Amino acid sequence: MWNRRKDEPSAPLPTPGAPTKSELAKEGIPMSTLPSRIAEPHHDLIRGNAVLGKSVIVKGQIVSREDLTIDGEVEGTVELQEHRLTVGPNGRVRATVKAREVVVLGTVHGNIETSDKIDIRKEAKLVGDIKTARIVIEDGAYFKGNIDIVRSEPSRTAVPAPKPQAVASTPSANAPALAAGAGDSKR
Amino acid sequence: METRNSNGLDQFCASLDERPGLSILDLSGANQSTISFITGHGHRLYSDDFLLQLDTCFGDGDPYESQTNPVKVQEFLGSALDFGGDMFDGALVWDVLEHLTPPLLNTVVNRLRNLLRPGASLLAVFHAEERKDLVPSYSYRIQDHRTIAMAPRGRRRLAQYFNNRSLEKLFQDFHSVKFFLTRDALREVIVKR
Repeated sequence: MWNRRKDEPSAPLPTPGAPTKSELAKEGIPMSTLPSRIAEPHHDLIRGNAVLGKSVIVKGQIVSREDLTIDGEVEGTVELQEHRLTVGPNGRVRATVKAREVVVLGTVHGNIETSDKIDIRKEAKLVGDIKTARIVIEDGAYFKGNIDIVRSEPSRTAVPAPKPQAVASTPSANAPALAAGAGDSKR
Repeated sequence: METRNSNGLDQFCASLDERPGLSILDLSGANQSTISFITGHGHRLYSDDFLLQLDTCFGDGDPYESQTNPVKVQEFLGSALDFGGDMFDGALVWDVLEHLTPPLLNTVVNRLRNLLRPGASLLAVFHAEERKDLVPSYSYRIQDHRTIAMAPRGRRRLAQYFNNRSLEKLFQDFHSVKFFLTRDALREVIVKR
């Protein structure tokens, strides 16, 4: 009774782990033809990288809570405490910079302070003082200024947060649909 | 890239071990090797490419003739030897002094002397033989306290030849001058402020 008839075309195999239509129907979840956005963050958040294109000119203060690439012209201050600043090959920055990490492929006039690393590529031109934990400079890069290596003290080194313990087997009300769907198949 | 042992560098580095937190000037142009060495010893490093600055200011026409132009000289001193009031505990001058004609040479040496704290060392390199032709020019990179790597960067004509007597006269306002004989064509000089 439940055997598939041989002359019927076989249904496409479901993607492993993905809820089937019947499972979604049982849960009352609308079966949209669009891909589910429940567990899919916005693309910009995945990339986490703002970009100032090469025709953009900014004069003033830039504060960013995500990675930033500057391929245009910036004058003023640039602050990305926990993120990376990339000065692209067309970038012209005349500013004081503070970031977790800085990568220079273009031109920077100004002092740079990083908590982690500064990377000066071979076509870069950097004039200003650097305060950083690590520095990498390629042959061919031009740098003029002071280099101050400041290593973080062991007590201040970030200790990774302990991973959360595995939750007990009983699924909670907030469990994602996948887990709920897997549970239903056992009934 | 060729490497050479350097007694002059060994002597210079001995002063680096006196205490941490020194401020060192390097005129050979920023490079990973010297940066890692100096900062690895706990010191600050000021890097600049002196020869590039020289070419930028005096590069048009005969560079040695241009070095007598007072306007260009002031422009050069402002761009190459103005460190905003910073003083240094050591200077790695390498071979740059060989490419300065007498009036500019004396001005630069006096400026360097005024930039160094008392007791600071200055390491310079000069050709041991008079050469009329073009000589190879290098970017000098410290590999360890006794070893220098020399990356070629073209050929240049020397402004003048220095023997021991002329070098003693050049550095007469310093506390001491020490020469190191080498097996190759270079003479190393350690000068103490």
